[in-house]
Amino acid sequence: MKREEIKVCILRVGGTNCDAETKRSFEELGAHAEIVHVNEIVRRRNLLEYNALVFPGGFSFGDYVRAGAIWAKWVSAKLSKELKMFTDDNRPVLGICNGFQVLVEAGLLPGFEGVSSYPEATLATNFPPGYNCRWINLKHENRGKCVFTRKVPKGKILRVPVAHGEGRFVFAKEKEKGLLEKLRENDQLVFRYCHKNGEYAEGSFPTNPNGSFRDIAGICNPDGTVFGLMPHPERAFYWWQQPDWTRQTKMSEYGDGKLIFESLIEYLAKKP
Amino acid sequence: MKYKMRIEVSLKPGHSDPEGETTARLLKELGYKVETVNVSKVYSLVLRAESRKETEGKAEEMCKRLLANPTKDNYDIVVGEEK
Repeated sequence: MKREEIKVCILRVGGTNCDAETKRSFEELGAHAEIVHVNEIVRRRNLLEYNALVFPGGFSFGDYVRAGAIWAKWVSAKLSKELKMFTDDNRPVLGICNGFQVLVEAGLLPGFEGVSSYPEATLATNFPPGYNCRWINLKHENRGKCVFTRKVPKGKILRVPVAHGEGRFVFAKEKEKGLLEKLRENDQLVFRYCHKNGEYAEGSFPTNPNGSFRDIAGICNPDGTVFGLMPHPERAFYWWQQPDWTRQTKMSEYGDGKLIFESLIEYLAKKP
Repeated sequence: MKYKMRIEVSLKPGHSDPEGETTARLLKELGYKVETVNVSKVYSLVLRAESRKETEGKAEEMCKRLLANPTKDNYDIVVGEEK
């Protein structure tokens, strides 16, 4: 498929944000991206016209009940058939920040045995408590399964911002050891919070900005086609989005977030 | 018939409760001998159903489908008087 033939659907509801930045990121790479309200997709029933789906960041439905829960159940109730066909066809689904919370609440992530009826993990209230907005470092952990990071060498450190109040990735206490092992075995671990030198945060704040279990910042499903992460790659797409751009003399034209969009576009371009 | 319901969703033991811990810290600062604070969420509902048993079943379903995340939440359902 040619780049200009790629159609990306960026879903929107009341409270989403960074949809415009996400659209611009895809368009910069030559793809066609549309911001579509979820009610429109339900009305037109045309989700399958798109090659990739994005749940952007924000505070959908005011984060009521739990962050992402209402949007997730809404999508499950109204679009589950199309969404299943979409993912069965290995079409990529990306969840950024609130989008990650949606994918977890909808049972698409971690999705050990396909889409689960009930969430298998959660993105709980940050520890230390409160909304946290800062630039952090991410270590790429994936061995090649995740189609969103194939252009990122394993072990590479990416600088991307986070902005959330509920981002502490946790499993049920009694299952966490086994499920972490499963994530590793299936190559579902994608990003972990780390220091500048690549050492893991080991839970220390603010390197790990939310107290996530084992510093987990992003995971994918066992097929590598559904990916969720708390940081915002679309806010680190261009060099001028970085906080220290006026103090840098040698800077590439783009930020680290571009690698994620580029990996996705390349996967779609090669997909039969 | 209409049934009143009270559903309380709270964190399972062992899951940290940053909101509760912060509140406890402040209450201690204010001079209270507070040991722990646990924060939970209460939903008060009125549901139309045929029987008390059906109401309890529906409440259970609502908790599993939306109100609680089994990874971290416990829930407690109290069905009240018929209205």
